Amino acid sequence: MHELSIAANLFEIIEEKARENKSKKIVSVKLKVGALSGVVPEFLETAFDIYKKETIADSARLEIEKVPLKIKCQNCHTEMVKDDFVFICSKCGSKKLETLSGTELLLEKIEMEV
Amino acid sequence: MKKEILVLEELLGSNKKIASEIRNKLEEKGILTINFLSSPGTGKTTLLERIAENLNPDYKMGVIEGDIETERDAERIRAKGIPAWQIITGGACHLEAKMVAKIFSEIPVDLDFLFIENVGNLVCPASYDLGERIRCVLLSTPEGDDKPKKYPKAFTTSDCLIITKVDLAPLLPFNLEYAQKEALEINPKLKIFLTSALKGSGINELIEYFLSTLRQLRQKNA
Repeated sequence: MHELSIAANLFEIIEEKARENKSKKIVSVKLKVGALSGVVPEFLETAFDIYKKETIADSARLEIEKVPLKIKCQNCHTEMVKDDFVFICSKCGSKKLETLSGTELLLEKIEMEV
Repeated sequence: MKKEILVLEELLGSNKKIASEIRNKLEEKGILTINFLSSPGTGKTTLLERIAENLNPDYKMGVIEGDIETERDAERIRAKGIPAWQIITGGACHLEAKMVAKIFSEIPVDLDFLFIENVGNLVCPASYDLGERIRCVLLSTPEGDDKPKKYPKAFTTSDCLIITKVDLAPLLPFNLEYAQKEALEINPKLKIFLTSALKGSGINELIEYFLSTLRQLRQKNA
């Protein structure tokens, strides 16, 4: 349950970007949340709704794109989605894998009125 | 007029930045930092007490204790003659790099090892880099051998898995081979140690791993 703490970080960035762009109103915020980010998207939505009250984002919409864990085998070069988080190539059994996505916790874009 | 701004910033970027600064400062001084994370009751503090007893007295260690309330763990460590700093989070379920940064000036420069005992929680601490070089996840046999895949992030972000209370394993439905296999499937790079703080087994092997990592760190500095 560290989503409130993450929402606090999110609002620091939102307010900084609004100041830079001289905006007084945030329309929407888009996040990318990886399956192995350690964050529960639904809790983050709740935390966002708590935080946004009486801020420039109080009517903002939060959009969360859930990103699955995607890996690439260094041996047979196959790319695959791993919902079970098992770091073993499903095709050749190699354990030499590169993580392509799924660990991110990213603020992708903000839509604001300027 | 509406405007879309592409940000692409990590939400935990500010924590990562502070953690990198802590890591750089500690490693410049030749201090190896180790973050212990686990659920409550796995025996983090007891393991640290055993490490304090078994560590060659030529080496100095210090401990940062993270708890929601009380100074108890720091007092236990101090009773072993080891400097300890208690961070009381007052409800927060994990330590963040900025909490460690606050007490940074109190850490003596002549330490060899700085241990950070995180708040007992197998979920949230996994998301926060504290500036450590080695992250250890502890799993005690009474918790059950199925935990790695149920709490994957704690295991996928760790360098080392310490299975504690292995002396109890024969009394419990805990399969040591299965637990290790499950952990290695989600993180093939994990180094695994089997320990019993009560019987004293596995402690010296763990200390040897910390010492060899410390030597590597200092060779790199030299």
